[in-house]
Amino acid sequence: MIPDLGKYGFEVASAYAVSILLLLVIVGLSWRQSVAQRRVLEAAEARKNG
Amino acid sequence: MSLWEYANPKKFMGWTGPILPWAFGAAGLCLVVGLFWGFFLTPDDFRQGSTVKIIYLHVPAALMAINAWMMMLVASLIWLVRRHHVSALAAKAAAPVGITMTLIALMTGAIWGQPMWGTYWAWDPRLTSFLILFLFYLGYMALWAAIDDPDTAADLTSVLCMVGSVFALLSRYAVNFWNQGLHQGASLSLDKEENVSDVFFFPLLVCIAGFVLLFFALVLLRTRTEIRARRVRALQLSEVR
Repeated sequence: MIPDLGKYGFEVASAYAVSILLLLVIVGLSWRQSVAQRRVLEAAEARKNG
Repeated sequence: MSLWEYANPKKFMGWTGPILPWAFGAAGLCLVVGLFWGFFLTPDDFRQGSTVKIIYLHVPAALMAINAWMMMLVASLIWLVRRHHVSALAAKAAAPVGITMTLIALMTGAIWGQPMWGTYWAWDPRLTSFLILFLFYLGYMALWAAIDDPDTAADLTSVLCMVGSVFALLSRYAVNFWNQGLHQGASLSLDKEENVSDVFFFPLLVCIAGFVLLFFALVLLRTRTEIRARRVRALQLSEVR
């Protein structure tokens, strides 16, 4: 199933690994910040309302 | 109803919430299909061997690095002209996504360059203008972080964005301006002679769609976060008073 990458196997694999890692980091960070900010806002609105 | 009403923070939160899971789903699907197709089902290039498979990451990331800055420019201009807060927040939200795309383009380019050119880096016009674009992204994010007043930060970062757009355009057209350096011409062209072969082109197109959709989804998500942060700030200020 894995294609034969010949003598450039390391280069191709590392390009994919670095890119996928960076994409996962930005998606993960954005998601985490979104959840955290929503909780902070809910707490602030609860304080305001009562 | 005017188009501008969709940029009202409350309306923006309303219409973006339901489409966000679809945008992430479509982005994930395009990326999985495009990268699988490109990595597993396309042949090696007769000159570049298997390194041609890096094209499915390098080209979409480079394209989005430039287009993210252009989107920030449009949003910044809307802020400067119409003072729509959501547009300033959208520009701020796009910067970390844009710098990630720039970093992917720079790193995959270096990894690809080593076996093809014999070096990871050269002071070639396109590579250098991309590095400057990366530094502009860093400066833009640092400027947002350095200024407490959000409106002043939006004004100053908008000006920086306009200056940086010169380099964003330069990185797009550098290979046309200076016919020198190691970097090849554009991989995608309307001229069939210059365009990449169909066997690489179609999976590349799917990957580009994946990167565009991922950028769109991330900017929506991050803009929603910025709007919530702005609301928290307003509530905290009202508590102090």
